[in-house]
Amino acid sequence: MKQVDLDKETDKIVDRYNARITGSVSILQDIQALYHYLPKEALIRVAERLNIPLSQVFSLATFYKAFTLKPHGKHLVCVCLGTACHVRGAHSLVDELQRRLKIKPGETTKDNKFTLAVVNCLGCCAIGPVMVIDDKYYEHVRVNKIDSILNKY
Amino acid sequence: MVRKIKTFKELEDLKQECKNEKFLKKTRITISSGTCGQACGSLDIIAEFKKQIQRYKIDDKVILKITGCHGFCQVEPNILINPAKGLEKTIFYQRLKPADVEEIVSETILKNRVIERLLYVDSLMKKSIVYMEEIPFFKSQCRLLLRNNILIDPTDITDYLAIGGYTALGKVLSGMSPDEVIDKIKQSGLRGRGGGGFPTGKKWESCRNAKGSPKYIICNADEGDPGAFQDRSILEGNPHSIIEGMIIGGYAVGASEGYVYVRNEYPLAVRHIEIAIKQAEEMGLLGKDILGSNLRFTIKINRGGGAFVCGESSALMASIEGRLGEPRFKHIHATEKGLWDKPTTLNNVKTWACVPVIINEGAEKFANIGTDKSKGTMIFSLVGKINNTGLVEVPMGVSLRELIFDIGGGIPGKRRFKAVQIGGPSGGCIPEELLDLLVDYDSLTQAGSMMGSGSCIVMDEGTCMVDVAKYFLSFTKEESCGKCTPCREGTIHMLNILKDISEGVGKEADLELLEELGRMIKLTSLCGLGQSAPNPVLSTLRYFKDEYITHIKDKKCPAGICQTLIEYSIDKEKCTGCGVCRMECPQEAISGQKKVPHEINGQKCVKCRICLDICKFEAVKVS
Repeated sequence: MKQVDLDKETDKIVDRYNARITGSVSILQDIQALYHYLPKEALIRVAERLNIPLSQVFSLATFYKAFTLKPHGKHLVCVCLGTACHVRGAHSLVDELQRRLKIKPGETTKDNKFTLAVVNCLGCCAIGPVMVIDDKYYEHVRVNKIDSILNKY
Repeated sequence: MVRKIKTFKELEDLKQECKNEKFLKKTRITISSGTCGQACGSLDIIAEFKKQIQRYKIDDKVILKITGCHGFCQVEPNILINPAKGLEKTIFYQRLKPADVEEIVSETILKNRVIERLLYVDSLMKKSIVYMEEIPFFKSQCRLLLRNNILIDPTDITDYLAIGGYTALGKVLSGMSPDEVIDKIKQSGLRGRGGGGFPTGKKWESCRNAKGSPKYIICNADEGDPGAFQDRSILEGNPHSIIEGMIIGGYAVGASEGYVYVRNEYPLAVRHIEIAIKQAEEMGLLGKDILGSNLRFTIKINRGGGAFVCGESSALMASIEGRLGEPRFKHIHATEKGLWDKPTTLNNVKTWACVPVIINEGAEKFANIGTDKSKGTMIFSLVGKINNTGLVEVPMGVSLRELIFDIGGGIPGKRRFKAVQIGGPSGGCIPEELLDLLVDYDSLTQAGSMMGSGSCIVMDEGTCMVDVAKYFLSFTKEESCGKCTPCREGTIHMLNILKDISEGVGKEADLELLEELGRMIKLTSLCGLGQSAPNPVLSTLRYFKDEYITHIKDKKCPAGICQTLIEYSIDKEKCTGCGVCRMECPQEAISGQKKVPHEINGQKCVKCRICLDICKFEAVKVS
């Protein structure tokens, strides 16, 4: 990604919110949606444009869970750890994924194929335990199904 | 169809027009397609219906209605059919596959024949039920907020108009003063549905009387409580009811700007509320001079950043302002100094959605539902170890037994009910002895829990209460914003103690320490998150102390959950050597010849529970 392009895209997003500081969370969300993470250069640009210290942008970027500072792998594997999923054994799914992918939540496999993430609740409590890969929801997932699900990717 | 409406009269005319058009004598097929529905495949069902309707050339005979969630998540994807003749009862088909669709069209739609295999079978009555109105799950509910979810396409404002949408707004703007609106809300006895239970009318009044301008309206749709999805269902299924409530609120308190702060983890909800706002703007129901009344009101959407603490009102406002979502002390209420230090009225999604209902049907009717101090209905999300998972709306004051056993259909399998956790991370666990408790704001608080967002997580004997307490505390520890010490440090200490207990290295004195820490955190934390974080621990200590003691003294987990304290083995008497567990074990930890009792290799076993769950002969033991 070229610096020029990145600045251009970032500027577009900042302008969408009239370069106002009240839009800062939304600005970061849009950058995250575009690149699937917050590139360092983009954060520097946001700070410049909003005329606030970089540390302030950084504090927002690390406070809110929706933001990541590292790029994702090709696929994002997300396990719901909401209460309903928890009592139906969601933790053993995370354990199994950790064993299969040899990474911890928040990490990406060496081949850059999968990033493992956990989320507090997706609100689909009825069909738990739930696992989402990219946009595809998998319902009532059991440990022994994980292999065949991962093999689809 | 979309045109500007300038007066109340024009609204009434358009409503009649929409009504005539929408409720033609056609067969109506309604497909539940909220997030749960889509996750279970409703989109494929819709595509197949469209195909079959074309194939059978019946486009002029049927209406295909794609709606939000119907609330019965357990049996998604499900559909409702109202035949053109005899519109009174609704056929309910459940757990559909795309392959079922053709038969539904050729048999039920064209020949009025019911397909037995697609019907819902009630677990208690042990018989199949044809009509939605007769299914216990629906029959026992009192739906004020959810009832319209099955009638409207949430992405089409004319559907909402056809069922009388925006009539309440029309009534308010054409004949009620702001004070009269506030009086009406007060008379209804409506209390905040976000969990705190503050009287809504009183809140509005103090905002109306507060000095300062402009004033703001906020809808708190940051439903972060794990296990709750009632707000999501209303946002997805009936977003205009929230918008209508907010405009009425804006008129009552004198605000012209509103914000909806919605979780970004709910993409469908965000999309539907966005569409709804746009359509309301196009019709002139948002913007300047609404219905010719000089009222100006606009709504903006703010997406949450995935921080649970932002459900707390002052943190939420900070987040809208583009700052860190950290709460502040509330010496001064938000109704006086809220968003950008201006008077602000913040209410939950369900509270806003109650407003049009109260205006349309009267404060008295609303106040007649519920208990002495808690009026109206409450939506609970029944989840966990329960047969009928879904959203149920019941009058305040219903008993837990009714909620869990009559509507929820009880506990799956032969297991026993153990506890129900109400109110999420802020709530507490309520044991079997209190099943006859009548649920309202005050009774729950007395029992050591709280209404919270109305999540209702049912637990059976296979749920370990120490583990549940640990789960909630690790949640609040993670979500603590770190601004105040009691919450930031206290939750870590409590969690460490709970970890020790669950690993069998706890001491008896730990229980006293947990209680002391819990009391301290409750008393001294800055905001609601910290003040309620110890509830799950304190309530389990209050009702399930024995279980803690077994973990500490006997180093055992009676429910078979805490991994360090359990071991899996196979009962040689019961094992038939069928080999299913051997094949399913992801660790290849089970060995044995066919038809000879199998064995588990403790070294390889990771205690994932698969063998326990799949063994038909109850031969897998946890000890």
